Amino acid sequence: MVKKSAQRIYLGLIFLFLYLPIVVLIVLSFNDSKSRVVWGGFTLKWYQRLFENNAISEAFRTTIFITLISALAATALGTLAALGIHAMKSKKQALMLGATNIPLLNADIVTGLSMMLLFVRFNKLGMSTVLIAHITFNVPYVILNVLPRLKQLNQNTYEAALDLGATPWYAFRKITWPQIRPGVFSGALMAMTMSLDDFSVTYFTKGAGINTLSTMIYTEMRKGIIPEMYALSTILFFIALILLLIMNFGSSRKEKLAKERMEIR
Amino acid sequence: MIKRLLTLAAGTLFAAALCGCGGGSDENKLTVLNYGKYLDPKAIELFEEETGIQVEYEEYITPENMYTKYKAGSIDYDLICTSDYMIEKLIGEGETLQIDFDAIPNRSNLDPTYFDFSKSFDPNNQYTMPYFFGTVGILYDKNKVDEADMHSWDCLWNEKYKGQIIMADSVRDSFMAALKYKGYSLNTTDEAQLLEAQEILIQQKPLVYSYLVDEAQDEMIAENAAFALVYSGEAGYAIEMNDNLAYCVPDEGSNMWIDSWFLPKTCKHKENAEKFLDFLCREEIARMNFEYVYYATPNQALVESLEPELQENTTIFPPKEVLDNCEILKSLDETATAKYNELWKEIKSTD
Amino acid sequence: MNKLRRQLLAGPYLVWIIGFILLPVFMILYYALTNSAGDFTLANVLAIAEPIHRKALLLSLQLAFLCTLVCLVLSYPLAMILSTLRKNHQNLIVFIFILPMWMNFMLRILAWKLLLSNNGVINTILGVFGLPSLDILNTPTAVVFCMVYDFLPFMILPIYNAMARIGQDVIEAARDLGAGSVTVFFKIILPLSLSGVISGIIMVFVPALTSFAISDLLGGGKVLLIGNVIEQSFMQEYNWNLGSGLSLVLMVFVLVSMALMGSHDPEGGGAGVW
Repeated sequence: MVKKSAQRIYLGLIFLFLYLPIVVLIVLSFNDSKSRVVWGGFTLKWYQRLFENNAISEAFRTTIFITLISALAATALGTLAALGIHAMKSKKQALMLGATNIPLLNADIVTGLSMMLLFVRFNKLGMSTVLIAHITFNVPYVILNVLPRLKQLNQNTYEAALDLGATPWYAFRKITWPQIRPGVFSGALMAMTMSLDDFSVTYFTKGAGINTLSTMIYTEMRKGIIPEMYALSTILFFIALILLLIMNFGSSRKEKLAKERMEIR
Repeated sequence: MIKRLLTLAAGTLFAAALCGCGGGSDENKLTVLNYGKYLDPKAIELFEEETGIQVEYEEYITPENMYTKYKAGSIDYDLICTSDYMIEKLIGEGETLQIDFDAIPNRSNLDPTYFDFSKSFDPNNQYTMPYFFGTVGILYDKNKVDEADMHSWDCLWNEKYKGQIIMADSVRDSFMAALKYKGYSLNTTDEAQLLEAQEILIQQKPLVYSYLVDEAQDEMIAENAAFALVYSGEAGYAIEMNDNLAYCVPDEGSNMWIDSWFLPKTCKHKENAEKFLDFLCREEIARMNFEYVYYATPNQALVESLEPELQENTTIFPPKEVLDNCEILKSLDETATAKYNELWKEIKSTD
Repeated sequence: MNKLRRQLLAGPYLVWIIGFILLPVFMILYYALTNSAGDFTLANVLAIAEPIHRKALLLSLQLAFLCTLVCLVLSYPLAMILSTLRKNHQNLIVFIFILPMWMNFMLRILAWKLLLSNNGVINTILGVFGLPSLDILNTPTAVVFCMVYDFLPFMILPIYNAMARIGQDVIEAARDLGAGSVTVFFKIILPLSLSGVISGIIMVFVPALTSFAISDLLGGGKVLLIGNVIEQSFMQEYNWNLGSGLSLVLMVFVLVSMALMGSHDPEGGGAGVW
């Protein structure tokens, strides 16, 4: 019993540590006072100003755009690459995977700087450079999620299908794809998470006037704190909460379904 | 079939790359580089609406930061605003284009005095158009300091304010205070004098709460420190937001600066840039920006229309005797710049 | 034939590897080993020995080490408690602990700034109770606080995953055979969760070692980490050769620390985190 309550207290303390800063941001977002500590009454004006602030909404749109496009491209590129790598002999495979590991192992700042050096040498910085950089650090996550699925796949079924006259495309769709699909999706999800939260790489590869939320908040913070940021934090927190809830319950429902199906069989 | 998949994937990739750079490289654009918090974003929106020119607006923190961004050549800027000594350096390097002032009829709103001031770095007034000017001084919290202390740079080394001092995170400004305190010129390249300045700046380090640039005013408004080394405009803005604050320029003298617009050699949209400059000179636009940044404006038409109270605000518009006591920063040669940078880095990395 | 054709699917990625993975690394190498005139030199790499740079690197190593240690000490018991919870609670609670990670990295820094500043929330609360104020903003302590906050989930998750994989039956079997809690911990839980601990350490140590934004925003210009030195030589001093040289050193440090940890990692770590 003592152990139980000690555990509870420990969980509670870590919980407090994780959520206190967020609670402070949320409370301040409704505070009708410029001060950071004095409560000046309830207001929604920071939210109103947030929505009127074009720089922030532009950065929000850019972030979504970069996240979606780079995750999509990385998923396509990475899935194809995983299929190809899977068909390779072990030596070639090791080589490809070694190169794949570079952006994973390297520090963000070094990845960002090295890409900046490349882009500046051969081109100008712009939106496309940010996208290329994001795709580059996203692809490895897709490959590493898809490859294990391919390894679990029974190669014989695929070949049997071909022997029975299926076209490779048909065999892929009917046999390979259903098996690797969860890997592709979790890879895409991870790629999105990485893009969404990236600061360093974007910071070094972005062109003029392009800002994601991270880089915009960074420049804003270097200029001082504006209360609109509290409102933005609150909104982003609840978006994350809702998204994770949907995913969590969505996936647990699916798991349940899958389990039921198994039991029926 | 696999080929089809391949082309599909390649197609997606290309589409992704295209919607990036396809954003219109040669369209009606204007790429502007400016200090942080130095132009009302609403003014840009008005300009875009009025002219249909799409403005790509980018900010930087210190002039050295701007120099790197520009020199890296990774972005073609059309119009840049920066400080006197940095402009002098860029003019010296042949990086500037002549401004066609005939395309800027509203220039007549500007007080010619400031073009005369600009002659110290742009001798023929060919390359620059003044934007704002001001001094560097001390923004202090009346409740936390003895006001008498604030009239000398000595306060920066006063043990009484340990942990409550905000210094400038910028080479030239920090050295300026130390050099002026010691009675030297703020443009000195004399090694002994610089070393002396470095020594007292290192001595000062334990007293410093933080080294900041644009954040300083915010910290002062939030009453997190006793006083800060700031530009006059930041002070003007901060005092507006918090009555407990006040500003003064120490008696030993300080730095008077002018920030101006210039067209860099990379300018691809010269006409748009000049249109923008003309737009900025309009009285109502100048007012928007003035109310946004609170620095002294060279726009005579605007100054005359301000409430007398503001016109007489010595924080924003430094009185003549203060200006006479101030020096303008000059551009340093490469060795001197390297020396300053090295000494500064040593200061920053000392415990 | 078929296999060969399938290998071609990796073709676009191969091009990508060459263009956007290997070439950038080569660019860093090139800049690191030349001076501004383009001649070969080792000066940029050796510059790490200069007092300023050495100090920054040492401070980074120190803070990264401290941050990793704190994360580990906090996460290990947490993961243990989480893994003993009833299964239907587990998902929800793990979810609670990763949720903060989904908020923007910069906003998390902002929150700490508000909490820690002289007149901030923590000092105000301390003031109410008549306690002395904590002046930790703009010191390395503040930077470590925020790093721990930012990177904690990266430590919790892998350790939790490793522990969740330990079958309850194994532990029960050990108990039946007379093992006490201490024995169970040292003989079963600790060895079986080690792979998670190692991935966790890697996932926290590397970003902590190379971060520059946190020290920039919470260090008040007084905490100079190696990341800041590199960023400044690129963005302020326009000395890309020096910046690249120092980046190269940093890269080596990262790789060495990974290799050290990786050699203890039975399962090849990092990827299995999610």
